[in-house]
Amino acid sequence: MLFWLLLAVNSITMGGLLFLLSAGFSLIFGLMRIPNLMHGSFFMLGAYLGATFLARGMNFWAAALLSAAAMVVIGGLIERFLLRRLAGQDLAQVLLTLGLSFVVADLCLMVWTGDPIQPPTPPGLAGAFRAFGMFFPIFRLAIVAIAVVVAVALWLMIERTRLGAMIRAGVDDPAIARVMGIKVSQLFTLIFCLGAGLAAFAGVIGAPYLSIYPGLDADMLPLALIIVILGGAGSLAGALLGSFIIGFLYNFGQALFPDLAYVILFLPMLLILVLRPQGLFGRVG
Amino acid sequence: MARSALSLRNVDACYGDSHVLHGVSFELAEGRLLGLLGRNGAGKSTCMNVVVGLLGARAGEVELFGEAVTRYPPERIAACGVSLVPQGRRVFRTLTVRENLAVAARRPRRTGAAPWTEERVFEMFPRLSERRNQTAGLLSGGEQQMLAIGRALMGNPRVLLMDEPSEGLAPQIVADVGRIIGRLKADGLSIVLVEQNLKLTLELADDVVIINTGRVAFRGSAAEVAADHALVAQNLGIF
Repeated sequence: MLFWLLLAVNSITMGGLLFLLSAGFSLIFGLMRIPNLMHGSFFMLGAYLGATFLARGMNFWAAALLSAAAMVVIGGLIERFLLRRLAGQDLAQVLLTLGLSFVVADLCLMVWTGDPIQPPTPPGLAGAFRAFGMFFPIFRLAIVAIAVVVAVALWLMIERTRLGAMIRAGVDDPAIARVMGIKVSQLFTLIFCLGAGLAAFAGVIGAPYLSIYPGLDADMLPLALIIVILGGAGSLAGALLGSFIIGFLYNFGQALFPDLAYVILFLPMLLILVLRPQGLFGRVG
Repeated sequence: MARSALSLRNVDACYGDSHVLHGVSFELAEGRLLGLLGRNGAGKSTCMNVVVGLLGARAGEVELFGEAVTRYPPERIAACGVSLVPQGRRVFRTLTVRENLAVAARRPRRTGAAPWTEERVFEMFPRLSERRNQTAGLLSGGEQQMLAIGRALMGNPRVLLMDEPSEGLAPQIVADVGRIIGRLKADGLSIVLVEQNLKLTLELADDVVIINTGRVAFRGSAAEVAADHALVAQNLGIF
């Protein structure tokens, strides 16, 4: 019983972390049609930057926010100066982002070496509390809480504000949106920056739990990809549901059928691709 | 003579390799309604696309109240006070009626005439008010046309471009659209009405420009067009 419950808690934690990673990926892919294969790199680079800030004695949350801010700037530069020139060319975007992800991976190896780094959990949240006869690690629950707050905030921004309506108008009909005076290009840069920042933030707060190592980017990217295919590109609700599904499949799969861990992860994706290509919550088209 | 609201001077435009506008010049005077007539493919919509900045002019100038806007991007031209009711309506299908209006809202450039607000648009189109929270893609063709007009008005334009607002609508709805255009004109808005519907255009327009295969074939008053059957047959008739 305890084993199952612990596994469930881990799954939910992982789901929360995956949502922070994949929400941005889903928006960038669904709204801007950019298959951003650097998204895992944003996560890893963000985590490394955060670890460096922490090592200099910075507060955990300040480090997470500062790392996110740095990635917002880096993401914005990449979008404005590189991806923008390749608008509408999927293959070129795939190659560019894939190439940049290799560059980032090598730079990280150079700067932070190949040794894994595991930052300590933030002091206030290091403990666990007792309920239902078992211990719940507070930090993991905090990750879930943050993911839920971010999910609600993003949903409100996209669905309930004028800014969000402008973004959706720009997706619906970019040419007419521009004629109506909507600065579509700036809004898309904003989305890209937001996605990059969220990935970095997820990287920092996930680091005490996942640790940071060369190859973390390549571990995270396929998960984001599966989640977005499961949930439907551009759908936040889809990304949320997909994140928790993958969180559970990943943890239970590794515990119960370690040999089949990847089959269990990718099989649902294949089924969705065959049976419902737009994803569980995807918009048609 | 009223001052010029919008003028095209010797505009050339191409889609890829095909040259679709050849030295097109015409002028919309402030507070007047210019009917732009021509057959399918004559280049009427292309003129509109050049004015709003979706298609670059290969040569020539577009001026808005004397300001050269030829090389401005669409967002900037919108900010200069041009609104478009696009051909085929092109409302934002996944947005609600209210959101369609909200995203196009822009403060008027100068105070004076009562600015367009959501309430005023709903007053003008009670049907839209009833469906304010409906997704625009689910509206009927006539309702989408009302929404496209309302959306353009929310930009508080100085020049309103209407690209075939009667296209594909039932005669009853066409009459409604005609009445609305008449009201906007009476309010003093400068309007370009692109149409294939000759009767509607001659009822509403002060001035008429006829385009034939990318060239201006006629420039004059609506009354002249109404009186000249040969002109109509040659440039607008179906053989």
